[in-house]
Amino acid sequence: MDLNYSKDDLAFRDEVRAFLAEKLTKELSEKVRLGGDLTKNDMEGWHAILNAQGWLAPNWPKEHGGAEWNAVQRHIFDDECASSHAPRVVPFGLSMLAPVLQKFGNQLQKDHWLPRILSGEDWWCQGYSEPGAGSDLASLKTKAVREGDDYIVNGQKTWTTFGQHANMIFCLVRTDSKVKQQAGISFLLIDMNTPGIEVRPIILLDGSAEVNEVWFTDVKVPVKNLVGKENDGWTYAKYLLTHERTNIAGVGFSTAGLAAVKRIAKAEMSGGKPLIQNPLFAARVAQVEIDLMAMNTTNLRIVSQAAAGGAPGVEASMLKVKGTIIRQEINDLARRAVGPYAMPFVSEAVEGSNEPLPDPHDAGPVAAQYFNNRKISIFGGSNEIQRGIIAKVKMGG
Amino acid sequence: MNFDLTDEHQMLQDSLRRFLKYSCNSKTRNEALSSETGVTSDLWHAMAEMGVIGAFFTEEQGGFGGTGADIALVFEELGRANVVSPFLDSALLSGRVLAAAGELDRVADLIGGDLQLALAHGEPTSRYDLNYVRTASVNGILNGRKAVVVNALASDILIVSARTSGKVYDEAGISLYFVEKDAAGLNIQDYALIAGGHAAEVTLDNVQGSLIGEEGKGFALLKEAYAIATVAQCAETLGEMTAATELTQEYLVTRQQFGRPIATFQALAHRMSDMLIEMEQARSAVIRAAGYFESDERTRDINIHAAKNLMGRAGRLIAEESIQMHGGIAMTQEYELAHIAKRITMADHRFGDTDYHLEKFMALTQS
Repeated sequence: MDLNYSKDDLAFRDEVRAFLAEKLTKELSEKVRLGGDLTKNDMEGWHAILNAQGWLAPNWPKEHGGAEWNAVQRHIFDDECASSHAPRVVPFGLSMLAPVLQKFGNQLQKDHWLPRILSGEDWWCQGYSEPGAGSDLASLKTKAVREGDDYIVNGQKTWTTFGQHANMIFCLVRTDSKVKQQAGISFLLIDMNTPGIEVRPIILLDGSAEVNEVWFTDVKVPVKNLVGKENDGWTYAKYLLTHERTNIAGVGFSTAGLAAVKRIAKAEMSGGKPLIQNPLFAARVAQVEIDLMAMNTTNLRIVSQAAAGGAPGVEASMLKVKGTIIRQEINDLARRAVGPYAMPFVSEAVEGSNEPLPDPHDAGPVAAQYFNNRKISIFGGSNEIQRGIIAKVKMGG
Repeated sequence: MNFDLTDEHQMLQDSLRRFLKYSCNSKTRNEALSSETGVTSDLWHAMAEMGVIGAFFTEEQGGFGGTGADIALVFEELGRANVVSPFLDSALLSGRVLAAAGELDRVADLIGGDLQLALAHGEPTSRYDLNYVRTASVNGILNGRKAVVVNALASDILIVSARTSGKVYDEAGISLYFVEKDAAGLNIQDYALIAGGHAAEVTLDNVQGSLIGEEGKGFALLKEAYAIATVAQCAETLGEMTAATELTQEYLVTRQQFGRPIATFQALAHRMSDMLIEMEQARSAVIRAAGYFESDERTRDINIHAAKNLMGRAGRLIAEESIQMHGGIAMTQEYELAHIAKRITMADHRFGDTDYHLEKFMALTQS
């Protein structure tokens, strides 16, 4: 047993640190740290910087222009990015669609779409959930009917993150409604500029506008945009979900979040002493830190297994549940730490303006982040669904 | 022992619930949320006319109630209807300070619905410590900064605490002043609050104040007013928690996934049961805080600290579980629950949070 990174891992970490120190601007990292909404330009700009370095697609094979890092390297990279407040890479094209295309797409599709994902020419969003198909995704109703060389698509998708920025959407659609639900689903690539598509924003409880409804009315999609075989989409969707789970534990976010909580609690006074010395608050912080230390190692155990060839299966579900609980607990501590200053709705910070914030903690909109991150235990397969998977795998039934 | 409402309270509850159901909906609330000051004067005047504000004060103070039970009853109904209006800060908290100081003319205006007030007491580093006052007064000239002053912009006049003697954490030496809104040197930096309403950072740069009550004796008035405001906050949160629980229960039996109502999944059903158990606990905590309000100070305070601590814990459970069991829909601003959950959570940032009241409770019960 060796709990430490190898020499090569450490050299890699130093390389990542040097890169971040050089390329990540203070302006951008401050915006991320304070929880400001990133513009499309912010995100595309960061993608371009990573792409120039060859680091935009850590999980892709080299033949497609990826970095082909092993799982430990990916973990190191995610960790370093989170602790230096780098923007999160938008995952829809890079780590969700791309693996599906690489495994199930035909040569034409690979040659056409993959380079455009790296170059940023296409911005992909995900058309999975529907109002009636959330946890029960296989019950989706959006229909695609074959007419000559096209599919005609009708229906509605929801919770489409960054749908307002996207020019392309990958969708699960029903192509056969007479068979078992899972057996009648296909995987389609749809141009968002096709007539009949309408994107409507959904404002979330913290005031942010990141998710959307996407409506399809008689939308024509060329048959060449079908990935794999008709009615085999559920297989691809499940394959995609295993990739959605890279960095699922969010160790980097939690580590950065915990550091922020401590920073705030050192400055905040309670009864004449720094809040961090208040036994009740200190105990809350210590408990979550203990959980995070253990989860960091759980994550590394699973990740190094994957690096050695094992695939994270049920363990990914465990990391999702524990990881989101810890992240949400840290969000909760941050809102507690700032006391009455959790109450202002700091829209200036959300919009990224330079107006001085009313709170003296330089903490950003911590309450808005607390509310916004209630989503992380709901999306990508809710924690209830994950617990169901764990129970099913471990106990059958 | 009798837990029934008196006939009078039953009537007040019935009429208030009917009125709020009729006059408060998501449209009126969105108007209040997007209004410049967070106050909708129609609702305010209608409620004043119904005698709601009068219920916050005793007969000697010009009202017709004023007990913990009267106040808890009103605020539970306000919470249940998710009303966004500064009854707690403008009428109850500020009003009770003035009533105790003998400023009964102002109280009469307040009861009539013709006065908006704001109590500027907390400071940027006071957190929840009631005795912390750095803002200084020398011969009625005030200097300092007040933090998150709810309803400051809409108020007709401010009540400001300032130190006339002692050190920043001393209870003695805190004095209270009226400060006119157009006073020279007064700056109000207004902002909206996450759960609705408005607050402000108030800076005082050689501002003229006029003394309320006795110099140096403000702490006792503040403590009393904060005590009743805490009871009211707990009752309001109880009403909001009731609304959240009802919505969640309804959603679980209606929402279908995997071909059946999600309430039939035991993993969710048991958690709903836990919420219902906590709701009973929360109701009892509020009943105790309200019912013991007229007892001796120690009994009163033990029950207030217990209630605010329990509401902080139960409120977090209800808000978070309601959102989680709804799923994505509860994350949207359009859905009622989002607003309710924000109010429940933000209540933990008023008048002392879960840990603050736990510490106070421990201090009173360890001997």
